[in-house]
Amino acid sequence: MRRRSFLNGVHDMGGMHGFGPIVREADEPVFHEEWEAHTLALARAMLAGLYFNLDEFRHSMERIEPSYYLRSSYYERWLEGTITLLLEKGVISQQEFQARLDELTERRG
Amino acid sequence: MSSNDIPGPDSETALRVKALESLLLEKGLIETSAIDELIDMFENRLGPWNGAKVVARAWTDPDYKDRLLQNGTAAIAEMGFEAVQGEEMVVVENTAEVHNLVVCTLCSCFPWATLGLPPVWYKSAPFRARAARDPRGVLDEFGTQIGADTELRVWDSNAEVRYMVLPERPVRTEGLNAEALAELVTRDSMIGVSKVASPD
Repeated sequence: MRRRSFLNGVHDMGGMHGFGPIVREADEPVFHEEWEAHTLALARAMLAGLYFNLDEFRHSMERIEPSYYLRSSYYERWLEGTITLLLEKGVISQQEFQARLDELTERRG
Repeated sequence: MSSNDIPGPDSETALRVKALESLLLEKGLIETSAIDELIDMFENRLGPWNGAKVVARAWTDPDYKDRLLQNGTAAIAEMGFEAVQGEEMVVVENTAEVHNLVVCTLCSCFPWATLGLPPVWYKSAPFRARAARDPRGVLDEFGTQIGADTELRVWDSNAEVRYMVLPERPVRTEGLNAEALAELVTRDSMIGVSKVASPD
């Protein structure tokens, strides 16, 4: 069966109901956290290096599981899209990524 | 989504970014200097002050305004602001008869070359959903009044085409030069959620 997400993904938000008021922040910084800036730069660097193209990148975010899509922040989706594509294209492996993450998690304590 | 929902520096998310960056560095696929350069560009060189200069020039130079509305990409490049990823720029003019509002319902496409990175509210579900369905309600929420007879046009951005609003020049600015006018132009007025206010 064809996946429903091809027809109408959760990312296609135009006209949806029930999200509540638009929340604005006075004097909003460009990045709220350092990891956001690094996420953007990593994705841009991978795009510039042709490890994936812009359409693949957008699609990688549109494929994010709907409930995570709705509760995640903008740069979290950028991050997960980037990781997904780099894994799929074999630029990094799941094993080495997990090993590095475990290492950093342990160091954090 | 509010910024309160953004994971902090000790979060799992921040660690995932670190893990990814260290792997890519180790493989020699990126360089720290290039990453720093990219961050500097987005933090310090791309921002609404660029778009404000474009708007102020259009208000003071009718030939430039014609070129801007005819071919936004070329006219914006003329000012030294190049598309970050080759996207086409379309500039739409607000008048007493027509008010334009820009959204990206599918993700958060934004005219980076002239406005920099979008604010969180632009990327949020409430704005993306409602700008398409109830744009007058959105303008109300931003405290923006437009006439009941004013036509409201909503432009849904995409990967290839980015829209920017040329706001109306406010009254009591006849004596101001382009530089002073640019100071008045806000990011929100170039998205179309607000108007440019007259000087105090």
